[in-house]
Amino acid sequence: MSDDLLLHMKNIVIDGFSDERWHPIIKGIDLTLKRGEVLGLIGESGAGKSTLGLAAMGFGRPGIRLTSGEIWFDGKDLMTATEAERQSLRGSRIAYVAQSAAAAFNPAHRLIDQTIEASLSHGVKSAAEAAEDAKSLYAAMDLPDPENIGFRYPHQVSGGQLQRAMTAMAMSARPDLIVFDEPTTALDVTTQVNVLAAMREAVDRFNTAAIYITHDLAVVAQMADRIKVLRYGEEVEEAETQEMLSNPKHPYTKTLWAVRSIVKAAETSDDYVLQIDNVTAAYGTVPVLHNVSISVPRGKTIAVVGESGSGKSTTARVITGLLPPKEGQVLFNGEPLPPALKGRSKDQLQRIQMIYQMADTAMNPRHTVREMIGRPVEFYLGLKGRAVDKRVSELLNLIELDDSFLDRLAGELSGGQKQRICIARALAAEPEVIICDEVTSALDQVVQEGILRLLMRLQKDLGVTYIFITHDIATVQAISDEIVVMWMGKVVEQGIKDEIMQPPYPEYTELLLSSVPTMDVGWLKGAVAARKAMTIAAQTGEA
Amino acid sequence: MTDTPETYTAKDEVGQVRARRTRWERTWIELKKAPLTAWFGMIVIACYVFVAVFAGWLAPYAEADSSFGAYLPWGDGHVFGTDQIGRDIFSRMIFGARNTMGIAFATTCLAFLIGGGFALMAAISRGWVDQVISRFVDVLMAIPSLIFALMLLSIFGSSIPSLIMIIAVLDSTRVFRLTRAVAMNVVVMEYVEAARLRGEGLGWIMRREILPNIMPPLVAEFGLRFSFVFLTIAALSFLGVGIQPPTADWGSMVRDNASLIQFAQYDLKAGITPLLPAAAIALLTVAVNFVVDWFLMKTSGLKE
Repeated sequence: MSDDLLLHMKNIVIDGFSDERWHPIIKGIDLTLKRGEVLGLIGESGAGKSTLGLAAMGFGRPGIRLTSGEIWFDGKDLMTATEAERQSLRGSRIAYVAQSAAAAFNPAHRLIDQTIEASLSHGVKSAAEAAEDAKSLYAAMDLPDPENIGFRYPHQVSGGQLQRAMTAMAMSARPDLIVFDEPTTALDVTTQVNVLAAMREAVDRFNTAAIYITHDLAVVAQMADRIKVLRYGEEVEEAETQEMLSNPKHPYTKTLWAVRSIVKAAETSDDYVLQIDNVTAAYGTVPVLHNVSISVPRGKTIAVVGESGSGKSTTARVITGLLPPKEGQVLFNGEPLPPALKGRSKDQLQRIQMIYQMADTAMNPRHTVREMIGRPVEFYLGLKGRAVDKRVSELLNLIELDDSFLDRLAGELSGGQKQRICIARALAAEPEVIICDEVTSALDQVVQEGILRLLMRLQKDLGVTYIFITHDIATVQAISDEIVVMWMGKVVEQGIKDEIMQPPYPEYTELLLSSVPTMDVGWLKGAVAARKAMTIAAQTGEA
Repeated sequence: MTDTPETYTAKDEVGQVRARRTRWERTWIELKKAPLTAWFGMIVIACYVFVAVFAGWLAPYAEADSSFGAYLPWGDGHVFGTDQIGRDIFSRMIFGARNTMGIAFATTCLAFLIGGGFALMAAISRGWVDQVISRFVDVLMAIPSLIFALMLLSIFGSSIPSLIMIIAVLDSTRVFRLTRAVAMNVVVMEYVEAARLRGEGLGWIMRREILPNIMPPLVAEFGLRFSFVFLTIAALSFLGVGIQPPTADWGSMVRDNASLIQFAQYDLKAGITPLLPAAAIALLTVAVNFVVDWFLMKTSGLKE
C-alpha cells in the first residue's frame, strides 16, 4: 500500500434492516482515496451514496450493519477497530458535513462553541487557540465579520452561512478526510456558488481529502478530482473528472449526462387565461409582493424564476386565493376572481389546480391512490361508484401508471410516482390552469426528466396552461414558453424564453443565469471571478 | 418525445412492492412482538371486560339483594362475606365492574367527542375561533377539577347522566389540549391545504384529512384518560356524590366497608375486604397503563 493512500475500502458490503430482514444496500464496492484528493460520489437517491460515505468513517446509521469488507484509514482497519478507537478518529481526523446545516446545529449554542467542540473534546487544541483558529476559518470560508459571527446563534445567520460554518466546524481539528453529504442541495443557486467556492478553497488550502456526495453532476464537476458513479449499491463507473465528463463509458452514466435533452420551441399567444394585475401583497405587515403584473397565455407554459424569498410562491398563493392581495386583482378569463378562497365558487376552484414541490407532504399518508385521485373526480364532476373507478383508471394510464397502484399508500410509492399521482389529482379536476410549485426540484435527474416529459405531453393533449415556479434554470430552458424573472417581490422582466435567455440581460437576470453550474471543470473559478466584479452581488448576497 | 431512455419507466421506480399484508396479519405480527407487560395488561383487560359483560350470569346473587345477615365472614356461600346491610360482596364486585367501567367508558368517549371535536375545529379555523375556545378551556382548567365536579354534582344532583356529563366536560379540556397540539402539526401540511383549495368543508377536513393522521397519540390518550376518569368516578363515589346506592360501584364499596379495616387484628380476612374493590381499581389502572405504554412505544418510537 503506498504511503499517500489515505483511505482504502475493500469489497464493502452493507445491509439495511427492514421488514424483519436484512437487505443489501452496498454490494461489494472498492474505494480508494489519496491524501488531498476529492472524490465525487454520484447516483440517484437510494443508490447508497450516503451509506457508503458514512461507512468511510466506520459508521452505520441505526438499522444499518457493516457486513463485510475492510476499511483501511491511514493504516488502521476501522472494521476491526473498537468503537472507542473509531470514536477517537471521528471529529479529529475524519469529519462529516451534513446536508441540512440547520438541523445539524444545536440551536441553543453559539456557532463558535459548536465549531471548536470537536477540537476540544479530542484535546487537539486549547480553547483559546481553537477559538482563534475558528475565526481564521470563518475568514477562510468567506463569512462576513469573521471576528464576531461565531458569537451568533444558528438562527441568526442564513442557510448558506450556516453551511459554511459547518464546513469550518469540520475543518477545526484539521482532519485528513471530510465527508460532504449533499452540502449544497438545500441552497439557492446564487448562494450555492459562494458555498462551493469556499469549500473548494478550504479543501485545497489545508490539503484535506474529501468525499463529496451529491446527485448534481454539475456541482460534482466543480468539486471532485475523480468521480465514482453508483447505482443500486453497485459501482457503475469511476474515472477522472475530465475523462468522465468528456467520455462516459457506461450507458447509465450516459443517460445521466443526456438528461437535459428536452428541447421545446417557445410559442406564445395573446389569449390570456389568467392575468395578475398590479398585485401588492403582504404577510401581516411584512410586504412581500410589490405591484406584480403577470399575464399567462392560454395553453402555454410560463416559468416564474427567482431565488427563495423572491415572491414566487407568494404569487401562487395570491392566485389560489390563500393570500388575498392588499391591492390589485387576479383576472381569470377576463373576469376578476374573488380575492379570498372563501368567496370563490366551486367552479372557479376547479379551474385552477396546484401541484406542490414536496409530494410527500402534499399526499395524505393515510389515503390510498384511489381515494386521492377519486376525491376530486367525485367532488367536482359529481361522478359516483363505478364511474369514479373508471375515471381514476384513465387518469392513472394518462400518467403512465396502472391499476396496480390503486390501493397503495403514499409511503409505498417512489418520489417520482408520488409526484405523478399529484399530477393526476390535479388533472382529475379537469382544470384550465395548473400551478406547478418547484415540482421537480426534490427529484433525481432521471425522474425529473420523466416528469417534465409527462407534463409537456399532457399539455399537448389536453391544452392545459402551466405556471411553473422554479429556481432551476435548466428546467426553465427545457419546458417554458415565457419566462418571468422575480426578485425581492418585484417582476424584473417578463418575455418569451428566447428573448429572456439572450443578452442583454438586466443585472439580476445575469446574476441568476451565471450562478447555474455547468458541466465544465473550470466553471466555478470563472463564475466566482465574474460575480466579484458584479456590483449587484453585494446586495443580493444572503445576509 | 416518446423516446424516453430505456433505463427508465415510471412504473419500475419502486421495483418490488410486496403484496400488502392484511390488517389481521399485521396486527398478529405486532402482537407477537409485544412485551410481557403488554400481554399481562391485555389479558387483565379482557378478563375485566368479560366479567363486566356477563355480570348477570357470573354473579351468584343479585346486585341489591340484602336478604342476608350483615357482616357475614368469608366463605360459607359468600366468597367475600357480606356488607353492612347484608349484600353479597363478591356479587357486588362483579356488578361493580360493569357499572364503574361502563360509566367510565361512556364518559371517556363523550370527553373525546367534545374535546376532540372542538380541538379540530380550533386547529383548522385558527384565528379568533381558536382563541375563544382555547381561552375558555384555560378557564375551565384553572379550577381544580375535583372541587368543580363536587360543586356541579351538588347543583345538578348525582344521577348517572349528570355524572357522565360533568366528568366528560371537565376531562375534555385535557383531550382538547392534546388534540389541538397534534392537529396543529397536521393542519400545516400541504395535503390539508390542497383539500382546502379543493373547496372541502370543515367536516371532511376534520374526519378524512386530519383525524387518521393523529390517531396514535389519541388512542394512547384514550387509555390514560379512561384510567383517570375511572379513578375520578371512584373518588367521587367514595365521597358519596358519585354512583348512588343501590347500584354497585367499587368506589362506594370501599367507603361502605372502610370501617372493617380496623378489625384486621381480629380477623385478617375481614380487614382485607374493603381493600378488594380498591385492588380491582388498581389492577385495571395498571393493566391499561401497560398496554398504553407498549402502544406509545410502538407508534412513537420512544424507547423507555
